[in-house]
Amino acid sequence: MIEAVGLTKRYGAKTAVYNLSFQVRPGVVTGFLGPNGSGKSTTMRMILGLDRPTAGRVTIGGHPFRQLPNAPRQVGALLDAKAVHGGRSARNHLLSLAQLAGIPARRVDEVLGVVGLQDVAKRRSKGFSLGMGQRLGIAAALLGDPQVLLFDEPVNGLDPEGILWVRNLMKKLAAEGRTVFVSSHLMSEMALTADHLIVIGRGQLLSDMPVKQFISANSADFARVRTPETEPGLREKLSGVLTEAGGQVLSEPDGALRVTGLPLPRISDLAHGADVRLWELSPHQASLEEAYMRLTQGAVDYRSTDDKLAHLQAPPQPGQPGYGMPGHGMPQPPVAPDAPGQGGWYAPPPPGQNPPGPNPYGQAPAGPNPYAAPQPPAAPSDTTEDAR
Amino acid sequence: MAAVPAVLRSEWTKIRTVSSTVWTLACALIVTVAMGAALSAVLKSTFNDLGEVERATFDPTFVSFSGMVLGQLAMVVFGVLVVGTEYSSGMIRTSLAAVPQRATFLFSKVAVAGALALGVGLVTSFLSFFLGQALLGEHRTTIGADNVLRAVVGGGLYMGLIAIFSMGVAAMLRSSMLSLGILVPFFFLISQILSAVPKAKEVARYFPDQAGAKIMQVVPDAMGSDKAPYGPWGGLGIMLVWVVASLLGGYLVLKRRDA
Repeated sequence: MIEAVGLTKRYGAKTAVYNLSFQVRPGVVTGFLGPNGSGKSTTMRMILGLDRPTAGRVTIGGHPFRQLPNAPRQVGALLDAKAVHGGRSARNHLLSLAQLAGIPARRVDEVLGVVGLQDVAKRRSKGFSLGMGQRLGIAAALLGDPQVLLFDEPVNGLDPEGILWVRNLMKKLAAEGRTVFVSSHLMSEMALTADHLIVIGRGQLLSDMPVKQFISANSADFARVRTPETEPGLREKLSGVLTEAGGQVLSEPDGALRVTGLPLPRISDLAHGADVRLWELSPHQASLEEAYMRLTQGAVDYRSTDDKLAHLQAPPQPGQPGYGMPGHGMPQPPVAPDAPGQGGWYAPPPPGQNPPGPNPYGQAPAGPNPYAAPQPPAAPSDTTEDAR
Repeated sequence: MAAVPAVLRSEWTKIRTVSSTVWTLACALIVTVAMGAALSAVLKSTFNDLGEVERATFDPTFVSFSGMVLGQLAMVVFGVLVVGTEYSSGMIRTSLAAVPQRATFLFSKVAVAGALALGVGLVTSFLSFFLGQALLGEHRTTIGADNVLRAVVGGGLYMGLIAIFSMGVAAMLRSSMLSLGILVPFFFLISQILSAVPKAKEVARYFPDQAGAKIMQVVPDAMGSDKAPYGPWGGLGIMLVWVVASLLGGYLVLKRRDA
């Protein structure tokens, strides 16, 4: 059992973790999610007593880590796969760690087998790939047969077979009644591995609940509607009708419409009433990835912008159609607002619930269409996440 | 609490399983012995060209230790790498996650590495002495002569302490590159140059290497060197103060700073 209470860490003026309180219980895999730079690793380091919290405390089994009797037998951790002296062989690296806790050398060979490194045990870890480094780090964590395990991004650099192996290992460790705390920025991976999720953004707790509950609380179901491609007018007509009826309509890149706020039969009735034929009307449930993206979109520190290649592109050459033409490959402003970048791509939140701040993903194109604003009808004054 | 014997065993495994240990220690031994032997041979043949003062204070023991000036640098590198690679490789986080007690971790490491450096230092100084004396011909002294054994054992202590001092500095600076960048020029250039400059040498004689080197002299103020206001053991004491200070500084940094 890991328990954090009011955990806060400041590095100078920058607050890495702020007032974080959570519990990690034994018997389940607890996923620790957050965008890059959200404070996951800092939190992990504070759990292990490597960094001192500015305020608050974190305990393992009721003890601060630095006061744990024989820590390696109680807590195993993978923090950084490359945190190994490159000149030392994998086996000697593990041996030096084993000797710290009075673990017999036999156990070293045992865990080398568990992680599949027995054939390279004598090789210097300098030549290891990232995946092999991760396996070595996992071996170090398993060495003391600890009841509490922390893994910081364990699947980084692993091949699909390795990812599957880690996933099953985590589940097996949790099923044995251990406390398993796994950080990742890959929601899709956590969806398959974790039972419980702790999500942080910019160092603050965003969510702490079972995975199933997380999805239903954070996702909005939507309907995909496709009108005949042969008659483009119908698409605008339908999106107008749906918006008037209280739905929110987003345009998908392939021309389909993404509708929220209206049940499927109602969409069908409205289309029928407007005399619009439908090629597709299908229900969709937002994935965990989408739920996560929406939850953290206000808390992303490092956000990429479009690479416009403005200085690299050749000036438009008349007579050279296609290449280098401005707007090449981009459709003209659509009638329904295009789902811009990643952000708007995901379903807008249910009204009044968890409104994102001012849309962080670039400007939504101010479409000439007045009836399809992409912003949810939430108060745009809620800027707490961005204001910090 | 991680038991101290367990941490000592682990640190020994760490030290013996990296090749830099063998290289730096072998370097320290070979360079010191070879350079001491060479200078002993040179001095034997040029003894009559020496100045009045040098001939009066000729110290065959000290002459055979001339290689220390260069050999100690390998000891510095050894001491710095033992601590510094923990930081440069990131191993420090794994180590501290396994041994949360900072004092146990650092002092076990220093004890193991220091003992090894001391052992190699003693072998080096005895080899240097006997080889140097063999080459000095009629100007030689013997191990049984007054104060000679003290000087030879002192040479070993000096090398060990230089390595331990470097470990403390590396723990304070938390970087091999930075530590080497400061220690090597300091011992090889600054300390040597300042000790030859009037006024400055009043300060320089309290530097760890200048003070500690006094233990290797049998004849007071050997080879026309400056009079020091302390004896051989006093000099070693000054060096010990430096070593304790650097270790204390290293410990405080390790304890206070985030790893």
